[in-house]
Amino acid sequence: MRTSIAWLRRNLVVIAGLVTLAYMILPNVVVTVFSFNNPTGRFNYAWQEFSLDAWKDPCGVADLCGSLSLSLQIALWATVAATALGTAIAFAMVRYRFRARGAVNSLIFLPMAMPEIVMAASLLALFLNMGIQLGFWTILIAHIMFCLSFVVAAVKARVLSMDPRLEEAARDLYAGPVQTFVRVTLPIAAPGIAAGALLSFALSFDDFIITNFNSGNTVTFPMFVWGSAQRGTPVQINVIGTAMFVIAVLVVLAGQMVGNRRKKAQPK
Amino acid sequence: MTGPAVEAAPPQAPAPAGPPVHKPSVRKRLVPYWLLLPGILWLLVFFVLPMVYQASTSVQTGSLEEGFEVTWHFQTYWDAFTEYLPQFLRSLLYAGTATVLCLLLGYPLAYLIAFRAGRWRNLLLVLVIAPFFTSFLIRTLAWKTILADSGPVVAVLNKIGFLDVTSWLGITQGDRVLATPLAVVCGLTYNFLPFMILPLYSSLERIDTRLHEAAGDLYARPATVFRKVTFPLSMPGVVSGTLLTFIPASGDYVNAELLGSTDTRMIGNVIQSQYLRILDYPTAAALSFILMAIVLIMVTIYIRRAGTEDLV
Repeated sequence: MRTSIAWLRRNLVVIAGLVTLAYMILPNVVVTVFSFNNPTGRFNYAWQEFSLDAWKDPCGVADLCGSLSLSLQIALWATVAATALGTAIAFAMVRYRFRARGAVNSLIFLPMAMPEIVMAASLLALFLNMGIQLGFWTILIAHIMFCLSFVVAAVKARVLSMDPRLEEAARDLYAGPVQTFVRVTLPIAAPGIAAGALLSFALSFDDFIITNFNSGNTVTFPMFVWGSAQRGTPVQINVIGTAMFVIAVLVVLAGQMVGNRRKKAQPK
Repeated sequence: MTGPAVEAAPPQAPAPAGPPVHKPSVRKRLVPYWLLLPGILWLLVFFVLPMVYQASTSVQTGSLEEGFEVTWHFQTYWDAFTEYLPQFLRSLLYAGTATVLCLLLGYPLAYLIAFRAGRWRNLLLVLVIAPFFTSFLIRTLAWKTILADSGPVVAVLNKIGFLDVTSWLGITQGDRVLATPLAVVCGLTYNFLPFMILPLYSSLERIDTRLHEAAGDLYARPATVFRKVTFPLSMPGVVSGTLLTFIPASGDYVNAELLGSTDTRMIGNVIQSQYLRILDYPTAAALSFILMAIVLIMVTIYIRRAGTEDLV
């Protein structure tokens, strides 16, 4: 009895941590299990019987795959644009001294320190006042805007931890500025840029609040899920949720394996 | 945006460290501005300018049919604030509770990953990050299944008398959990947990474990080591984690909409319906500015206090 209490005390943190992890994973488990459900009504909230129908025909629901491909397109373009703009800003912030540095810093910090709904509503105010038609372009504009800050943060962190002597060494070896940038700077900054890009993609793909305000009649995947919560949730939504989870885990694991191999290849 | 670029080249720019081999050309000194220009322009046009438009919207009067006009009607702010005070207070209460719960739940997991996980560390990190990539709306809807009236969770909570206590506290109703404050706070806590865990983990991971050994050598009990060494050193993570949780939670309306009822409406729900359903733009804009002001003031005070030793 006494030893078991001692064991419990020693491993309290482990148990509490695993409980939290279970809390975090539980909805994913439910989503996966219910992707094999065959619900009787419009809603997929109660277990009826096992079925593979939804997995055989994930696009069997009207507009579902259309919204999915729209979300993927928006996320892709938003990632490309935000990564390019954000990386440039991050380099300027870390590598150069210039006027209005503080102002630029707070301008980049503010979008992250503001409730999303405030930004969403203000963008809508702009588009309404300017008479701009809501749709694909307004969603894309908004997504680039809020992804930008996160890219800057990710790239800045990486570039800050970079040894400037590596670039000096390259210049001492008569590398031109372009050559130094492409052969030395960019490869070292790459993990930060990749992290920023991955984060933008995830943020854009999953964004609901800002999209809800600025999409008009355009239906992205999160908008489709939102609508289905009122109209009836097809099982295919769970199939796509499950597939996204699996793909994400595989991508992250693959990324870590590549990272580990790099680390082993060049021990520091 | 030509202003700063022109100012960019003051004739007596301070020389860079070390002996100046050659004077940087004007073109070279403009490089940071060219790098900044596109991104900053984007933020000015699509982040700052919208705020200006929203400010102007908030002092307009009129109707959708006849059109709105700027009349400097500041009364809207006071009316909106007093009318929706319950929703404001509820939002802050829910977001605050969710933040505290996230800290209590997230800290052990972050600690476990940082110090006790060993070779499981990468797997655990993946399990924390992976939900980011699954649509959070789908996961929030899954809570409807988990907390369903006829589901096992509610049955167990009912059996152990938990729901009697929470009903007495007024956070659940009868033997229901869905459509009560408990469900909304549960959803908020769940949705923002990763935003708490990741900063906590990154600040815990940086702690030198030799400090723990040193404290142990000085006869500190484990609890004392945590209180005097680990927790103070993890403060940066605690501060950024609580901000990353509290700020989005205070403006969220998804959890209150999907898991709550009309009695659990948060200020986000009000702003959303004013903007998108009732189309009362001035009130909606005023509400959104009041929310922004409250959050910014609270965050500033919090950062000030957390910056000193008061919180530790």
